[in-house]
Amino acid sequence: MTAGGVKISVQDLSVTYGRVRALKGLSIDVLDGEILTIIGPSNSGKTSFLRCLNRLIDLDAQAKVRGRIRLDEEDIRNGLSSEDLRKRVGMIFAMPIPLPLSIRDNITYGPRMSGQIDKAALERIVVESLRAAYLWDEVRDRLGQPAQKLSGGQQQRLCIARTLALNPEVILFDEPTSGLDPISTAKVEEAMIELRKAKTIILVTNNTKQAARVGSRTAFFLMGDMIELGPTADMFTVPRDRRTEDYIVGRFG
Amino acid sequence: MKRSLRRAKEFALERLLFLSGTASVVFVVLIFVFLLREGAAVFGHVSLGHFLGAKFWYPISSPAKLGILPLILGSLLVTAGALAIAVPLGIAAAFYIAEVAPKRLRTVLKSCVEILSAIPSVVLGFLGITLLVPFLKNFLGLPTGLTAFSGSLMLAFMAMPTIITISEDAINAVPREYKEGAVALGATHWQTLVRVVIHGAFPGIIAAAMLGIGRVIGETMAVMMVTGNAAVIPRTIFEPVRTLTATIAAEMGEAAQGTPHYHALFAVGIVLFLISFAINLTADLFLNRGKKR
Repeated sequence: MTAGGVKISVQDLSVTYGRVRALKGLSIDVLDGEILTIIGPSNSGKTSFLRCLNRLIDLDAQAKVRGRIRLDEEDIRNGLSSEDLRKRVGMIFAMPIPLPLSIRDNITYGPRMSGQIDKAALERIVVESLRAAYLWDEVRDRLGQPAQKLSGGQQQRLCIARTLALNPEVILFDEPTSGLDPISTAKVEEAMIELRKAKTIILVTNNTKQAARVGSRTAFFLMGDMIELGPTADMFTVPRDRRTEDYIVGRFG
Repeated sequence: MKRSLRRAKEFALERLLFLSGTASVVFVVLIFVFLLREGAAVFGHVSLGHFLGAKFWYPISSPAKLGILPLILGSLLVTAGALAIAVPLGIAAAFYIAEVAPKRLRTVLKSCVEILSAIPSVVLGFLGITLLVPFLKNFLGLPTGLTAFSGSLMLAFMAMPTIITISEDAINAVPREYKEGAVALGATHWQTLVRVVIHGAFPGIIAAAMLGIGRVIGETMAVMMVTGNAAVIPRTIFEPVRTLTATIAAEMGEAAQGTPHYHALFAVGIVLFLISFAINLTADLFLNRGKKR
């Protein structure tokens, strides 16, 4: 699938925590089948933005969200239940925390919650998800073991697999490799690029090189504003804004 | 000169802190030694098996019958009843306070729980005698309202604050990432609670229940006031019972020093001590297991 129509349309999105404004009126269209990478220093609003897209931000009683987000023309804040939304928009966290269950149960947790009880179907989901997350070969003969026994990199790929098990349309990655070694990072990036064929991906990362490696488009956030948005190749060779350039070459942030 | 003075001060302070730190250990040991010395003498009159297993507690008949089985069963029955009430209620309350209640209500509830724990047990016992006991007698048509069940109800009130507070701490200690991970997979709040939060908080919840037991089994005043204090083996929970604690409290003043009765009461104390110790130890094990993960 090539980047096509608009998958997620965000209009005038603001997030405030008490008096702190984390996002100041952001408007952006995320295209179907792209990897949108978001870079920016800390406190730039990247994570708040991601958490709006699957309404995880609702868990934070302090956060106030304004603006409109549409997923395939559906208003995610009014038209959809947050549970249904989160099945369509999966999320991978910086800290890979598997559920305190076995490897297999981590994968089947989501599908079982949404009512899938057919054993054969669940087993197929386990295999397919683990394959897609490049973890199958490493865990195929110990699916019953507690997931917490896996290494950090494996745990992160398990978290990717459990998200894939729900067959989401969009996957949000929130600094997914910040705690991983280079080899694990490479595997996660490989999985992301492979996933792009069927999914829309938004990647928030502190690693500008990673944004350049996997992105099709890149956005630069600063202090709650989107400073620049463009094709990744252009962004890293001829940034339009001075602040983007400063950040990319490492003059601040 | 100045320097050596400072050193002396530091030395003295260190010793003082050491003494305060070890005082509790010393006291525990001393108490146990004293209990043991006074209590062990009873075994000159009855065997251990008879003491724990015989069905009759007639300490002032002659010869004295010193079987504490009715007392042990009385304590266990009252405790079991209290737990059957307090554990489910307490855990549910803890979940409500930690996970469901809106912020303002949470503050109110937490202070109420604290107030509940601050009510002296004699006051609860007083309420029990004047309100609960007559009510049970009439409502259930019992010959007397002074029953094990009345004691269980009163003790449930006393165990609830402990259970609620510690369970709530355990629930709050479940990493936020666990919950977010489940929620991000489309789990509802309830599904997250059931599958993830309970799992993470489980050791702490068990510890809370154990400490609740500890609180209940050692409680004396309220139980003595509402359970009727008949040292017979109960057949149902709606009969009068006498607990280990109430026996000591009621009889110690009248037992002549040095008599078998006197020593038997100390031995009852040892039994209580061992039960409490085992319970606290188990609770500790679970709490530590919770921390390690």
